[in-house]
Amino acid sequence: MIDSIGPNLVILVVGLLVFAAVFFLIFLLAERTSVKTQEVLRYAVFLGPALLLLAIGLLYPAGRTIYLSFMNKSGQEFVGLENYIWAFTTPEIQIVIRNTFIWVIVVPVFATIFGLAMAYLTDRMKFASVVKSLVFLPMAISMVGASIIWRFVYTFQPDEEKAEIGLLSAIVEAFGGEPNNWLLDAPLNTFLLIAVMVWIQTGFSMVVLSAAMKAIPDDIQEAAMLDGAGQLKRFFQVTIPMIRASIVVVITTTLIGTLKVFDIVRTMTGGNFSTSVVANEMYTQAFRQLNYGTGSTLAVLLLIAIIPLIWYNIRQLRLERTER
Amino acid sequence: MADTLKTKSDSQPLLTQRSKRKVKDAFASPFASALAIVIAVLWSIPTFGLLVSSFRPAELINTTGWWTAFANPEFTFDNYTSVLIEGTSTVPPLWYYFFNSFAITLPAAIFPLVLATFAAYALAWFDFKGREFLFFAIFTLQVIPLQMSLIPLLQLFARGVTIGDVTIIPDLGITGTYIPIWIAHTIFALPLATFLLHNFLRQIPRELVEAARVDGAGWFTLFRRVVFPLSIPAIASFAIFQFLWVWNDLLVGLTFGGGSQDILPLTVRLAEMVGTRGSGLEALMAGAFISMIVPLIVFFALQRYFVRGLLAGSVKG
Repeated sequence: MIDSIGPNLVILVVGLLVFAAVFFLIFLLAERTSVKTQEVLRYAVFLGPALLLLAIGLLYPAGRTIYLSFMNKSGQEFVGLENYIWAFTTPEIQIVIRNTFIWVIVVPVFATIFGLAMAYLTDRMKFASVVKSLVFLPMAISMVGASIIWRFVYTFQPDEEKAEIGLLSAIVEAFGGEPNNWLLDAPLNTFLLIAVMVWIQTGFSMVVLSAAMKAIPDDIQEAAMLDGAGQLKRFFQVTIPMIRASIVVVITTTLIGTLKVFDIVRTMTGGNFSTSVVANEMYTQAFRQLNYGTGSTLAVLLLIAIIPLIWYNIRQLRLERTER
Repeated sequence: MADTLKTKSDSQPLLTQRSKRKVKDAFASPFASALAIVIAVLWSIPTFGLLVSSFRPAELINTTGWWTAFANPEFTFDNYTSVLIEGTSTVPPLWYYFFNSFAITLPAAIFPLVLATFAAYALAWFDFKGREFLFFAIFTLQVIPLQMSLIPLLQLFARGVTIGDVTIIPDLGITGTYIPIWIAHTIFALPLATFLLHNFLRQIPRELVEAARVDGAGWFTLFRRVVFPLSIPAIASFAIFQFLWVWNDLLVGLTFGGGSQDILPLTVRLAEMVGTRGSGLEALMAGAFISMIVPLIVFFALQRYFVRGLLAGSVKG
């Protein structure tokens, strides 16, 4: 396998060079053509590649996935709504859908609350950037890495003679509790997985909300203060209303990300022990069971869940663009 | 009347300054700061625990908690050297996957950025019918779950596209190389990158563009001489974001890596190591940190750009 590093390096270098050479040549030639030719050529060169790739890589596949969701395992035979009925009546898949609901509610709520708290606490603090970096750091590493970190926190030592090496078990034991094989324990395990996502996403909401808080003019806080508003009252009646738009952005963004959560479930439990979610089950159905019908159906369900958010986003963008 | 006005405006700054300090004091209460520090420390403990453990000898990792390492410190680099350099008879060492991660990430960050800058230029500065529609369509595509694309795209790479007997796209014979992974990442990054760069390119002053046009610059020269140099900061900011996104990705690598060990990135290998009982905890810990080194360097060195890219690009599918 190590032998393949030579050919792989060649592919890498050739790939980069070809890409650069193609566009270098196109520019070299195009700049020499007449103004009239350029009027037409500009669409082909600037817009063409992106539109072609989007059509082949997103539009056509989306259509085909919808088509496949009405077909059988191999995609050869039309089965009508069978896959959709399967999704809503099979007990395991019902659990998957239930779990996904729990995820998309719990993660945005807690990530936003923690992020809001951190943003507020550090708003006028000295050395805030160091403190914020620590909370933000999980955002930079991969979810696979984060999952490995947390699997270790949740480790359980089945042999009672030996000491616990997982932090959670050790803490529970220290307080006189009984350690448990945490990741096997449904429904608690789903919440333990959710904790990982909250741990990651809090940094994001903190950064966005912190930027929003910094943008609140001092005068407004002052005015509220001179009017005798206490700290809590100012927080709920000045700060929160002033950053409402950012809170909505944080919640919707976190929600979309959570809906598609795959890495954490795959790495922590592989979707076993009743912890699977739709995005993970889609992968399992399509690429482990090799059932393109049910796999596609689950992908379509994800899309349907996101449609309200897409609609909302378009409306926001429209508003933004007319305001300008 | 004039006098009262004057005193009023004179006293204003004094008042503002005093109350400003008051506002500041109220916020910077030691209690709030202490609480923030406590939360930040709590947030770091899981990572810190794994970091400490990764430097402990294997038998100690498995028998004692990492917090005991401070009472009787015993640290080693063995976990890192063995997982990074030695490997096993069936699986190559991690430095090999490290190389793959780079070989996947570099083109997968460069390609979409170039193509997106092109498209953004067209959407921002060409006047054509349907421009607004196209813009909204691309904006919408960015939140479509990429799960919608996986199966058809994988089939396309494996055997092309045929309708009946007509071959629309032939079997390209690229499975098992980096190319499908590059293309997939490029496609998935395009909508967001185009949208963000468009917002940036539109802010280039119209006079600047028109002046260049009057001077006789064609659309291509205009791009090369004016638009591209001006958009480098925006491109760089998004490049960091895209680089980390690809480096940290599992789903695309797993799906389009197609089971060929030769081209798999670090994340996929690590996920595999978690799944197999054979590989020890010590190898997994060291491996996890090896995969985090690049993101952490990028994060600490370019935090400001990273945050900017993230703030702008948080909705990626």
